[in-house]
Amino acid sequence: MGAEWFKDVVFWALSVVAIAGAVGVVMSRDLFRAALLLATVFVAVGGFYVLMNAEFLAVVQILIYVGAIAVLFIFGVMLTRDVRQGNAPNRLQIPAGIISGLLLAAMIFTAVTTDWTTLAGAGLEAKSQIAQTQAVGIVDIEAAGRLAESGLSEQEVESVAGGGLADLLVGEFVLPFEAVSLLLLAAAIGGLALARGRGR
Amino acid sequence: MSLESMLVVAAVLFCVGLYGALARRNFIAVLMSIELMFNGVNLTLVAMGRWLAPYAVQDALSAVLTGQVFAVFIITVAAAEIALGLGIVFAMFRNTESVDLTDAAAMRH
Repeated sequence: MGAEWFKDVVFWALSVVAIAGAVGVVMSRDLFRAALLLATVFVAVGGFYVLMNAEFLAVVQILIYVGAIAVLFIFGVMLTRDVRQGNAPNRLQIPAGIISGLLLAAMIFTAVTTDWTTLAGAGLEAKSQIAQTQAVGIVDIEAAGRLAESGLSEQEVESVAGGGLADLLVGEFVLPFEAVSLLLLAAAIGGLALARGRGR
Repeated sequence: MSLESMLVVAAVLFCVGLYGALARRNFIAVLMSIELMFNGVNLTLVAMGRWLAPYAVQDALSAVLTGQVFAVFIITVAAAEIALGLGIVFAMFRNTESVDLTDAAAMRH
């Protein structure tokens, strides 16, 4: 139980950092400060991945987002710094606020009101039903089936997350994996061609 | 920490990014906002894979990780998008000495 309490505290701290950082990225007049806040948001999202037992993704997040993308953004800001304008809003500010506010309200409403059948919940419910029926001497076939169907307990989920990802990436998802490598090559060549300009 | 709270955080990240992408004039700020949206989507995918029961798939082991695989692909695509986007930013800055999207739209004709 102590671990759960600690997880909750870390979760709320990370949420505050991520949301405040995101608002800062969008609101800050200074683009350089926005780029640094963006790196903070990326680190907080990496923390969320650790909380959700996705350690590999957390490492990838820090390596690619913080190590590469945030640094690229800082280079971009420094090379094209527009001192006069900074990070000005355009005329669409109010409609944009309304649209994203409405979308946010809809998404939060959906997330809160939907009756999610969570992994741990399904397993625990089935387990408790089995325990109850076993106490009176009858085995609930349906609940036992659901336990087998929903499969994994919390501990099993934690143990799976380590090595299975590599098997999945070069096994079931090998075609998208190769396609993405081709996409990266094309993007690298395209970025070079765009940034280099013609005639040189 | 639950599925709902994680989804709400991801939704906030996505919508803040959407507002930034629509309401900013600076090209680089718009790219940053799009990255925020990517991160919101990734959080949703990983949270769904972490907490929702994989009824539809026979092999429960791989079903748990499908969300993470998609998140890996999205991170890759985001990196490619930033490489191209910053290339466009530099080309635009070289031609017009500005990274202002409103100016760019005005010069279309």
